[in-house]
Amino acid sequence: MIPDLGKYAGPVLSAYGVAIVLLVGLVVVSIWRARKVKAALEWIEGKRNG
Amino acid sequence: MSIWEYANPKKFMGWTAPLVPWLFGLAGACLIVGLVWGFFLTPDDYKQGSTVKIIYLHVPSALMAINAWFMMLIASLIWLVRRHHVSALAAKAAAPVGVVMTLIALFTGAVWGQPMWGTWWAWDPRLTSFLILFLFYLGYIALWAAIEDPDTAADLTSVLCIVGSVFAVLSRYAVNFWNQGLHQGASLSMDKADHVANVFYIPLLVCIAGFVLLFIALVLLRTRTEIRVRRMSALIARTRPTEVTT
Repeated sequence: MIPDLGKYAGPVLSAYGVAIVLLVGLVVVSIWRARKVKAALEWIEGKRNG
Repeated sequence: MSIWEYANPKKFMGWTAPLVPWLFGLAGACLIVGLVWGFFLTPDDYKQGSTVKIIYLHVPSALMAINAWFMMLIASLIWLVRRHHVSALAAKAAAPVGVVMTLIALFTGAVWGQPMWGTWWAWDPRLTSFLILFLFYLGYIALWAAIEDPDTAADLTSVLCIVGSVFAVLSRYAVNFWNQGLHQGASLSMDKADHVANVFYIPLLVCIAGFVLLFIALVLLRTRTEIRVRRMSALIARTRPTEVTT
């Protein structure tokens, strides 16, 4: 499945591995923080209104 | 309706809510197609061998690292001139995305450079200006975190952003200014003779589209979060005196 990367397999796979981990990490952290802040704001607004 | 009305926090939250999931979906689709195409279905380069596959990460991330700073510059100028809070918060939201893009560009550049140039790093004009841009990103994020008053933080970070723009320009054009570094010229050009071969070029364009869409999706999502944080701080500040008296 993986193409024959020859003697450059290390650099190519490490570039893809690190970049994908960083991108996925950024997306996960951004979504997690967005949900956390949204829930906290709803709780504060609910407490204030109710 | 004036374009500035879209920068009203309430309106901004309204029009961005349905857009963000679509942007994430489109970005994911472009990235999967572009990266799978580039990694599995393109041939090795006759000079660089399989390391050419790093181009699908290195070029789009470097492009976004520079353009993220320019987006922050425009948002900062809008803040300084028109005092739109959403623009200051959008600049703040873009910085962590820009720093990750810069980190990816620096890392993939280093692992690509080692087998091609025989070194992980050289004090080449483009590489050095990119490292300074990375440090400016960190300084920008640290400055936002260090100042409690959001308007003062927005003012000072906007000034820092204007200063850092010099290095964003240098990162883009350093190879044209100083023709002495290791780094090659632009991989993309309007002149067909200058840019990479079509077999690499088309999947590269798909990857660039994916990175651009991902950047927009992340900035919108993170700006929405910053608006909510600001609203939360305002509500807490308003309720605090009541709690003290009761």
